[in-house]
Amino acid sequence: MSVDPNLSRGAPGRGHPTSEVRIVTVFPTLLGTYGDGGNAHILAVRAQARGIPASVIRVDPGDAVPVEADLYLLGGGEDDAQVAAVELLRPSALPQAVERDAVIFAVCAGFQLLGHEFPGADGRPVAGLGLLDVTTTRLSRRAVGELLAEPTDATPLREPLTGYENHAGATTLGAAVQPLGLVRAGVGNGTERAGHLVEGAVQGRILGTYLHGPALARNPELADHLLGLVVGRPLPPWPQPEIEALRAERLAAAGWRR
Amino acid sequence: MSPHSRVASGLRLRTAIGLGAVASSLSRALRRGDGQVIGGRVVLSACPDAFGRLTARRHVTFVSATNGKTTTTRLLAAALRTAGPIVTNLSGANMPAGMVSVLARTPDSQTPAVFEADETYLPGLLAQTPSATVVLGNLTRDQLDRVGEVAMVARRWRTAFADHPALAAVANADDPHVVWAASVLPDVVWVGAGQPWRADAACCPECGAVLRFDDTDWSCGCGLRRPEPTWWLDGDHVAGPSGRYRLDLALPGRANRANAVLALAAAARRGVTPERALAAFREVASVGGRYQVREYAGRRLRLLLGKNPAGWVEMFDVLAPAPAPVIIAINARAADGRDPSWLWDVPFERLAGRLVVATGERCHDLAVRLLYAGVRHVVAADLAAPWPQELGDAGSPGGPPLDLVATYTAFRDWLRRTGGDTDVR
Ligand SMILES: [Zn+2]
Repeated sequence: MSVDPNLSRGAPGRGHPTSEVRIVTVFPTLLGTYGDGGNAHILAVRAQARGIPASVIRVDPGDAVPVEADLYLLGGGEDDAQVAAVELLRPSALPQAVERDAVIFAVCAGFQLLGHEFPGADGRPVAGLGLLDVTTTRLSRRAVGELLAEPTDATPLREPLTGYENHAGATTLGAAVQPLGLVRAGVGNGTERAGHLVEGAVQGRILGTYLHGPALARNPELADHLLGLVVGRPLPPWPQPEIEALRAERLAAAGWRR
Repeated sequence: MSPHSRVASGLRLRTAIGLGAVASSLSRALRRGDGQVIGGRVVLSACPDAFGRLTARRHVTFVSATNGKTTTTRLLAAALRTAGPIVTNLSGANMPAGMVSVLARTPDSQTPAVFEADETYLPGLLAQTPSATVVLGNLTRDQLDRVGEVAMVARRWRTAFADHPALAAVANADDPHVVWAASVLPDVVWVGAGQPWRADAACCPECGAVLRFDDTDWSCGCGLRRPEPTWWLDGDHVAGPSGRYRLDLALPGRANRANAVLALAAAARRGVTPERALAAFREVASVGGRYQVREYAGRRLRLLLGKNPAGWVEMFDVLAPAPAPVIIAINARAADGRDPSWLWDVPFERLAGRLVVATGERCHDLAVRLLYAGVRHVVAADLAAPWPQELGDAGSPGGPPLDLVATYTAFRDWLRRTGGDTDVR
């Protein structure tokens, strides 16, 4: 990837130290029903633990989405809130941030609204932002429960992805995206590619997923991958017994066997 | 209905009640809970319209909310009892089976009933009691896997209320979803009970636009707005048409003062004066074991229920002040909600400076949350083992009790472990 460091990090003298990772949590009141707000905090703590300064910028409805941040997070939300969020984001700086190679991590409703289309509260399709080559329709039955997926080679991730899903979206992947994982338990996108039930989507520096939990609490490797995309190098390990214990328990609960 | 079939269905109800009583005592003998709910289920399967028939001649009040419905029910029951006998359900037995079992054991058919109602079951209950009173507290995220999203619950309430215009309501003016649902009814007493947790009311339930909040007021461009309340909570006072009264409760915290204001307004509708209601409220010191201090393995524990983020944000002021340690017990069984990711919506950073003992079946989820919150913690999956050393002598006899905050089923486990529910009703 080629990123102008001044562009992606903010030019010196504009109020940001050049090395600070700026994390934007987009409309947490609209897109934060399932604890996904934790993802922003987790990224900041994990960056700081490696000596990388990080700040979290909270953007509420009515606030302008900053154009020059490094990482944008969108979470899950209710149907009306999802429609309200997409209407606020359409004229916002988020598409520009994508052009500037910002990293986007979007969960559930946030994942769906980055695509071409998703169903609104009444089931009628609503136009998404078209930043991710996916299209979402309704699942015949709501997907609720533990979700376990094995990462594809769309990312350097090696460890199984664990989370909790609670959604009614069937998300079909277009040619420009790769699935984030292959489903081992649960529903994920609810669609298949090459005969495998798939989970999430990766397109350049945009990642979408149905994993709540929040995703980055249960999948520290994924959190570090997002930070690694921003700083341009892999992060050193930061093992924590609490996280290992949680992963071991959740993977066992979902029946994980290597 | 022909006279013959009326006799037959009366017999059917009596037979069903008899079967239910047998099931209840069997269940008690087999030590499977107190048997009430099982008895109620048997009655309902033998006579599906038992609830409507058992309430046909009595006034019924339902209290429903995400948080505070058990306490509000207890306070309202205490106030109404000053005017005569009433029927009420055991805390937590808030689904139809629990209510039917209580009604089946009531000696007469006219004693008024006050029922805590699970928010998802309320619409079905109203279909059988179309002229009930509903007391509506708040709707916030809780057990999203079972209950569903807040807007969905509000839609179901509104549809049910629109179908039964003879209902009378006492409703919280500070919760936009409650207001939107109740405003289809012609007869509503609005209560300013407050709602510090606003994260579930970002969007207007009527039009989907982003709601405007302004200190205690809220409104939307479509015209939905906070109604003018008749009664409201004002610090530790309640104000209303007949004056301003000090809320001198035995129960701690702002959330319980909000419950009391709702109960007071509902009691006033039933002819109980604020003075009498407030005197009755003062006698309620614990609800289903909540706030009770119990002995366990040489320590004194104060049992608190913390089951969702809206409830938790009101918990910090109830806890003994820092640096007192806290035990937090997290389960994720069906009645807790299977997904404990709500822990990330609770500002646990506010526990910095204390030790937290993380316990319960999902203690590892809590431990990770506390790790990122920078809160010192120890994980003790099973507290029946020796107490963690880090607790020192906290909760020892002679000192203040140790606070234990638990999710619904973890709370029930702790109650059982420390002597069961001994509340007098
Ligand atoms: Zn509106």
